[in-house]
Amino acid sequence: MADNAPRTMYQKIWDTHFVHQEPGQAPLLYVDRHLMHEVTSPQAFEGLQLAERQIRNPQSILATLDHCVPTKLADRLNLPDPIGAKQVQTMIDNCARHELTLYDMQSENNGIIHVVVPEHGFVHPGMTTVCGDSHTATHGAFGALAFGIGTSEVEHVMATQCLPQMKSKTMLVRVDGTLSKYSTAKDIALAIIGKIGTAGGNGYVIEYGGEAIRALSMQGRMTLCNMAIESGARAGLVAPDEKTYEFLDGREFAPKGKAWEQALAYWQSLPSDAGAEYDAVVELRAEDIAPQVTWGTSPEQVVPVDQCVPGPDDFEQEGKQIACRSALDYMGLQPGTPMTDIEVDFVFLGSCTNSRIEDFRAAAAVARGTKVPEGVTAIAVPGSYQVKQQAEEEGLDKIFTEAGWEWREPGCSMCLAMNGDQLKPRERCASTSNRNFEGRQGKGGRTHLVSPAMAAAVAARGRFVDIRELDHA
Amino acid sequence: MQKYTRHTSVAALMNRSNVDTDQIIAKQFLKKVERTGFGQHLFHDWRFNEDGTPRDDFELNNPNFADARILVTGDNFGCGSSREHAPWAIEDYGFDTIISTSFADIFYNNCFKNGILPIVVNAPTLKSLMAEITENEGVAFTVDLENQRLTTPGGLEITFELDGFRKHNLLNGLDDIGLTLQHTDKIDSFEAGHKQKFPWLWAS
Ligand code: SF4
Repeated sequence: MADNAPRTMYQKIWDTHFVHQEPGQAPLLYVDRHLMHEVTSPQAFEGLQLAERQIRNPQSILATLDHCVPTKLADRLNLPDPIGAKQVQTMIDNCARHELTLYDMQSENNGIIHVVVPEHGFVHPGMTTVCGDSHTATHGAFGALAFGIGTSEVEHVMATQCLPQMKSKTMLVRVDGTLSKYSTAKDIALAIIGKIGTAGGNGYVIEYGGEAIRALSMQGRMTLCNMAIESGARAGLVAPDEKTYEFLDGREFAPKGKAWEQALAYWQSLPSDAGAEYDAVVELRAEDIAPQVTWGTSPEQVVPVDQCVPGPDDFEQEGKQIACRSALDYMGLQPGTPMTDIEVDFVFLGSCTNSRIEDFRAAAAVARGTKVPEGVTAIAVPGSYQVKQQAEEEGLDKIFTEAGWEWREPGCSMCLAMNGDQLKPRERCASTSNRNFEGRQGKGGRTHLVSPAMAAAVAARGRFVDIRELDHA
Repeated sequence: MQKYTRHTSVAALMNRSNVDTDQIIAKQFLKKVERTGFGQHLFHDWRFNEDGTPRDDFELNNPNFADARILVTGDNFGCGSSREHAPWAIEDYGFDTIISTSFADIFYNNCFKNGILPIVVNAPTLKSLMAEITENEGVAFTVDLENQRLTTPGGLEITFELDGFRKHNLLNGLDDIGLTLQHTDKIDSFEAGHKQKFPWLWAS
């Protein structure tokens, strides 16, 4: 390739991190940042120890406890589940032994890994970032190449600061136009997955571009990139811009003074060059994106809220028909039912997709002055202690509790229901998380993915509502 | 890691698409800090009744598939979370080969770290393989990794694609951390240059 050929942002980051390629082997890519949580790391530490290997760069690692931590204060002080408690203790011990930074449950910085990392400015544009967690894609919002890895790879990165990586293909998803007042980054994410499918991004790194993406806040971009993985993509990327720099400026791990100027110059060189070529291009119009709700057990099984539950005949491919039938059966739904007729038992506001301060503001604006109906439980779980504190300073917690919501301590909570917060069989939940897989929120539980504002609207009525019809000005 | 050698084994059929890692190994089993013993929990919610007895309607509980080492399954297998507990469970249960039209990216990677060969075939081929199992439950397929060939008693002969490096590691049961560490000098000099270009990555 000629030196001056236009390059995509992905290609630029790749070139900057390419270490070596042995003939017949995968290229080695250098890793700048390594994020960790308690579930996917213990076996990696064990492997490292058995092989008597050292951690190459402990400074590159930031760890938290999030997956199995209880969201009720009393339980946090004394974990009710002994196996979970052992996992937590293992993480604490491993981090202490290797002198790694850990935001444990006592830390005021504790929270979900993908929420706390941006809060501290730990990931910057142009970095490579990995974590034993598929939603690492979140950090692509900063123009960093961030992706999930398995536990063996966690060990690999600890020992070598490198990862054998195959080059991905590139896909540009361009969303032009203006989003309507009631649609959010979450709705864009779901609409994209609805369009390309959960395997549509397999083998690709997606770059999100276009007017509607530029218009998103950093928090919205994090929501969008967070769900890149639900379309099968290795990572999502948004080009850094003024919003990115403003967000990072002054944060703990952001460069300061002269280093900031140096970094800024580099960051500004990152966006894809004009004329750079992508292996695939997908286009959507923001105006066409209505508030979305999933009806099935895969994020691609999604419709605008003013539509009905589809039936197998609405799909052409046999595989999708089979998937539709089994999803309807699991979800206990009939084809042709208007989404707005579906009642819920539970509302969950939280997860690394939608538990940042902006999400709570959006939900609180809708929840204000409403009442959660009898028989419905609504829980609000901040993504971190920083979010919790900020929300409390703004009085958002009061709005939720007065509306009948429970206001909890931070953590992954009912996103994957490992910490004791979970649905009972056949309970139906409107959730701001990212996966509606069978059993994800508890065995037999039925999950519908929505945006925070929609979640609050659902909590107020006990059923799905077209939020565009609500007048809460 | 065990070396992957040519074998002829029973192929089990699980005709489901988008099987996600939450189904492969449910979250309640992710709290262990060891790498072993996950096989007993493979596909737990599909495999067992509330009382812990096996469900008759679950494919892998079919006695004809009892000794299967090959799993034939629908599109986009292994989507969802990055949990390596999924391939640990699959391997521990006894599978070393999975055949589908596509695999989720992270899962596909994780397979090779655990001695599992994921074979990608096209849709018509998958259909033929599935049909052969349906007609003759308990049928054994032959997987020849060296020559990248899959053959069946029904006469199917399939050549599959595979990256040469991954193949080499599977065949030799190699740990790729050791391989990367052979390039420590190159990593050192890369890192020195990287530090010069991006000094703020090290300062905190
Ligand atoms: S909130 Fe959910 S998706 Fe995010 S890291 Fe936690 S478990 Fe994973």
